[in-house]
Amino acid sequence: MPKPFRRTLVAALISAVAATAASTALADINIGVSVSATGPAASLGIPEKNTFALLPQTVAGQKVNYIVLDDATDPTAATKNIKKLISENKVDLVVGSTTTPNSLAMMDVAAENETPMISLAGSAIVVEPMDAKRYWVFKTAQNDAHMATAIVEYMTSHNLQSIAFIGFADAYGEGWYKEFAKIAEARKIRIVASERYQRNDTSVTGQILKMIAAKPDAVLIGAAGTPAVLPQKSLKEKGYKGVIFQTHGVANADFLRVGGKDVEGALLPVGPMMVAAQLPDSYPNKKVALDYVSKYETAHGKGSVSAFGGHAWDAGLLINHAIPQALKKAQPGSKEFRKALRDAIETTQNLPAAHGVFNLSAQDHQGFDQRARVMAKIEGGSWKLVK
Amino acid sequence: MDLQIALLLGQDGITNGAIYALLALALVLVFAVTRVIFIPQGEFVAYGALTLASLQAGKLPGTLWLLLGLGAAVALVEIALALRTRQMRRIPSILLLNCGIPLLLGGILFAIPPATLPLAVQVVLALMLVVPLGPMVYRLAFQPIAEASVLVLLIVSIAVHVTLIGLGLLFFGAEGSRTPAFTDMSFEIGDALLQGQTVLVVVASAVLIVALYFFFERTIYGKALRATAMNRTGARLMGISATMAGKLSFTLATLIGAFSGVLISPITTIYYDSGFLIGLKGFVGAIVGGLASYPVAAAGAVLVGLLEAYSSFWASAYKEVIVFTMIIPVLLWRSLTTRHVEEEE
Repeated sequence: MPKPFRRTLVAALISAVAATAASTALADINIGVSVSATGPAASLGIPEKNTFALLPQTVAGQKVNYIVLDDATDPTAATKNIKKLISENKVDLVVGSTTTPNSLAMMDVAAENETPMISLAGSAIVVEPMDAKRYWVFKTAQNDAHMATAIVEYMTSHNLQSIAFIGFADAYGEGWYKEFAKIAEARKIRIVASERYQRNDTSVTGQILKMIAAKPDAVLIGAAGTPAVLPQKSLKEKGYKGVIFQTHGVANADFLRVGGKDVEGALLPVGPMMVAAQLPDSYPNKKVALDYVSKYETAHGKGSVSAFGGHAWDAGLLINHAIPQALKKAQPGSKEFRKALRDAIETTQNLPAAHGVFNLSAQDHQGFDQRARVMAKIEGGSWKLVK
Repeated sequence: MDLQIALLLGQDGITNGAIYALLALALVLVFAVTRVIFIPQGEFVAYGALTLASLQAGKLPGTLWLLLGLGAAVALVEIALALRTRQMRRIPSILLLNCGIPLLLGGILFAIPPATLPLAVQVVLALMLVVPLGPMVYRLAFQPIAEASVLVLLIVSIAVHVTLIGLGLLFFGAEGSRTPAFTDMSFEIGDALLQGQTVLVVVASAVLIVALYFFFERTIYGKALRATAMNRTGARLMGISATMAGKLSFTLATLIGAFSGVLISPITTIYYDSGFLIGLKGFVGAIVGGLASYPVAAAGAVLVGLLEAYSSFWASAYKEVIVFTMIIPVLLWRSLTTRHVEEEE
């Protein structure tokens, strides 16, 4: 064995022993993460995964370990992940997952093991209605309803009276349709067509023709990521001249890259983070949002930041805010610490985050208000704040 | 539904149907010659489209590394074989074919920034990167088990499909890409606007189908493939190499797949996993033709396209259900009308 190598080996051994010794003296806080870094939701999960590496490693003098696993957008894998995180890694809290079905699957395990969980998924059903299971579950992404109200408000203030809907034939599209229909009905907006398509479809001509025949003032595309380009492209090709709304699910750079000229002029509600630099300085979370954007873009290149990584960052902010309070009550790694962490998160007040300001309560485990979304327009290949 | 909508839907259905028809033909070809149900066909559609997209974005497409890797693997296998059979003279040509040409292609890509080339050259480059993958996959995955049962071949085929999809995610990322249209022309026919690109897809598919027809009817290689498809043992007795036939059919299938990808990528966004569903619809068409008849398979595929277009108008949420349910009456009809022939032994 060559000498330098032996020396490194010895050094490694010593540091390993030292590390074990340190950890027995003062238990680290372990946070388990399960995100969809591969599979259909990969474009959401990858920035989330990247974000955990940017979070501070020490909070209140205590080391925080993030154990990040990939669930491949599969609820079964998500369930396996959370079981492993809880039984093997003895985590104090779980973050995950990217999608609603995965989060719902993980929720049962989290509640059973009395471990707090912070979901990054969009749908409100993850935290509503409040019950014994959801007692342990929090969520950082805006509810679909937050975003739907922004569109309805824009429509009523611009005198748009009818709308046609086209969305994914899955939980995302259905969820958006239900939320939107509820609010639109209350505001007397007519929904003249409701169509569905698949993420992988190569053509939506049929749906688009049916929608145009109904002559709506506006169209809402209830889809996420780059597949949302196709309906808008087809609408333009078939000569539709009305207002086109997209949802916050498209708020990443890839959508602009793939959409190009075809998505110009689309309106969408987004978290203020996406247009942070254009916000007035008085906006409550401008500073936090800009801080995250610059951290992420330093690590991953300019224009790489997306709304989804912001949700992961916000989960980190909630955790870091709760840790000092929980440490006063119990030691990390214990059942009492997990309960204390949960209680501390639930009482978070006025915490500015990348996407809004958290005000949680026993009934509201999401905690955002109307400040958590603004209307943006796609202009010249970038997001412009609509004032 | 008025006439204009019906026409537009018909146009849309025929455009997609033309692509499905190409894929159905490739599936029938590969199945007839090698008995492999070629599930990875769809991946080559995605590879073709995404390779072209990365060339246009000025990036080095990941398929180049796959080509180099597979080429090296094939060369290793062949050289080991050549050493065992003491045919040293074959080694240089093996190396040149499997390593030299991919390296040369890589060198060209490094030397000339592909983003600046004209579209036609980019298309040729993309095809040159993707098409050799077909015979290489055949050499590595299927040739050693060429005599196995259809079921074993199907299982291997699924394995190849899963591997290629995973590699696709690695090479191209989770998000999709679109390439610019070959032509911005559009025609006004009555009230309907006809996009130049859709015309191009239909024409290109038709030309390719006619070319295939002549290939099978008029060329010695085409006839060799047909002979192998009809009777493997008989063909071998006539001096037609089953290995050559297998490689050739895979090359053709990959060419058709990658070319289909290049054709549709201006129309729709292609993702690393888009190919599977497109291939599956071609497969439904091929099933209509009983995986044996080329004209019926092509007609079935066009029918799938039309059915898809009209069902997306009437019941968009159930479109896929309607398309794939079509397979049931077809299978029923086929199993009632054709005499069942035991395929295995």
